[in-house]
Amino acid sequence: MTALLDAYARIVGEDVIDQLHQLARGLQGVRVVNVNSTKVGGGVAEILTKFVPALNELGIPASWEVINGQPDFYQCTKGFHNGIQGNQVEIPDRLLWVFERTNEENAEKLRPVLEEADIVIIHDPQPAPLLRYCPNRKGKWIWRCHIDASHPYRPVWRYLRDFVNEYDASIYSLAAFVQPHPRNVYIIPPSIDPLTDKNIPLNQEDILEVQERFKIDPDRPMILQVSRFDRFKDPIGVVHAYRLAKKFVPGLQLVLAGGGASDDPEGEIVYNEVQTAAAGDPDIHVLILPADAHLVINALQRAADIVLQKSTREGFGLTVTEAMWKGKPVIGGNTGGIRIQLFNHYTGFLVDTPEGAALRIRYLLFNQAAMRQMGENAREFVRENFLLTRHLREYLTLIVTLLHDIEDRIELV
Amino acid sequence: MAQEENDRGFKIKDCALTAIATGRRAMNLRELRDIVQDIHPGSIYYHFWSGLLRPGYAPREYNNDFAAWAFYGLHDLRLAERLSVIDPTGGKDLESLRQELIDVVEERLDETEMVPWARRDRQFYFVRSQIVVFDTRVAIEQPEGLADVVKSMSTSSIFYHFIDARRRSDAQVDDFRAWLGGFTPRYDDLCSQLACVDPYFETLPELRDQLSAIMQDYFGGLSP
Repeated sequence: MTALLDAYARIVGEDVIDQLHQLARGLQGVRVVNVNSTKVGGGVAEILTKFVPALNELGIPASWEVINGQPDFYQCTKGFHNGIQGNQVEIPDRLLWVFERTNEENAEKLRPVLEEADIVIIHDPQPAPLLRYCPNRKGKWIWRCHIDASHPYRPVWRYLRDFVNEYDASIYSLAAFVQPHPRNVYIIPPSIDPLTDKNIPLNQEDILEVQERFKIDPDRPMILQVSRFDRFKDPIGVVHAYRLAKKFVPGLQLVLAGGGASDDPEGEIVYNEVQTAAAGDPDIHVLILPADAHLVINALQRAADIVLQKSTREGFGLTVTEAMWKGKPVIGGNTGGIRIQLFNHYTGFLVDTPEGAALRIRYLLFNQAAMRQMGENAREFVRENFLLTRHLREYLTLIVTLLHDIEDRIELV
Repeated sequence: MAQEENDRGFKIKDCALTAIATGRRAMNLRELRDIVQDIHPGSIYYHFWSGLLRPGYAPREYNNDFAAWAFYGLHDLRLAERLSVIDPTGGKDLESLRQELIDVVEERLDETEMVPWARRDRQFYFVRSQIVVFDTRVAIEQPEGLADVVKSMSTSSIFYHFIDARRRSDAQVDDFRAWLGGFTPRYDDLCSQLACVDPYFETLPELRDQLSAIMQDYFGGLSP
């Protein structure tokens, strides 16, 4: 059965799928295990949801394991996340002990699978110590960092470095995010899945139903930011930009939709700050959505005139990619992976301040033709560069390289 | 290429690049010079050529990464212009390209009292790449087939046959000329026209259009 790959072929073309089969030909039966810390919520879980079945359809037995922990574990790993992105966070020894102990406990459960695998891909710092607790591992281990690690808070990085430097290879989303490692470091941007509920085409009735449910007026312009309630996403800056733009577009509405992730304990604090900033404005809709509200997010993105992602730090910015895939121009923070997706006047705009965002909101709302053209450009740009099939091709290339010790050139002909 | 190899026809291949970080980065021009002196030669190649395959809309105003960084990172227009004019074609190997790059940078360092530097988030990150080559399952038996096949080739396929080929062959020529050369002297005129195509200043879609036009004009004009 290759139903999934057949469906991708209808979107990206048969030749792209044929390339995946060519790469997979030498990997038949190779066991690949992915490990992360949450099954739902966040970009990593979304990628793995389709990545694993696609590998299986290519004849590569793949699985996905999730490590579990108590709230203290997630408190610690949230600290790592913030520290890797440069925040000065002090993580007490007690939490570090919980972190290592939790990994040790998870290793007890996962050891048979991990030690037998040919390839183990560990996502982000949460499960990074697992390698240390699998001394009889047979395969190659890869550490995949989805976070902008360009300027980490050094004490946090020094602690994590001891774990991740033991891996056979590592992957970052951008060259600028890379920290030095003793072995090869691959640059592989992430991707979105065009077949997931968050990205499939919707009919107009479904979109209208979501607008009605959240009391969003479909006859007035709407701007949207979809992201966790996290300070690095600058939701307060978005409210500020909305207020500046609303002086010129009085009917403007703002939707801030935050998905929860089970490994993010800070969300509620930031959510309350956003509610305070919104100050009861009836045209600001602050929505807490469950982690599985993919169709609702899809409808909101399609309903929006413009999508914002005004992050001040960003790993890659998959919400940018999702909005572009829906033909929307995006106004994004001039940071991280947003920079390789947004090109001023082609696919959207990069901005550094709420004022810059407000200016671009005004520009686009008063230039409907430019907005449509940028939306079309954005969709094609994603089709060519940021769909799951490209991501799969790069992972397969890396696996071939690691298993066959290839240096510069892989000839599949 | 021997005649018996020509009898096997011309297989159209495709390719993709996977980027590998070297872990080295420069924040100012002196650091750039020091790293260029001993960086993996694949990184020199990557920063001169891979921009053609990277996603983006930026015009190829500064057509290698070093020149682009001089402009956008260091804001040194004079250096950007000098680096832009370095020609990576014309039979140069990567070591002579490296030396030319170092010469231009050192000349600029000699001229300046302050070493030009970039902001923290505009550093130059040295990357090299790995190429994976795919079979498209398309092949042509005779050169006349090029007239139709080139216009439908993917841009990455154009990169493989017209740019990457120069790195693979001793003669440092593209695959089309290498193959046509086996029919000498029949297609020498066509080879001369292809030799005049400068791959460095065009985007890959533009390069494909240019090659396709040459092939179509040539074969369309041949008497049966």
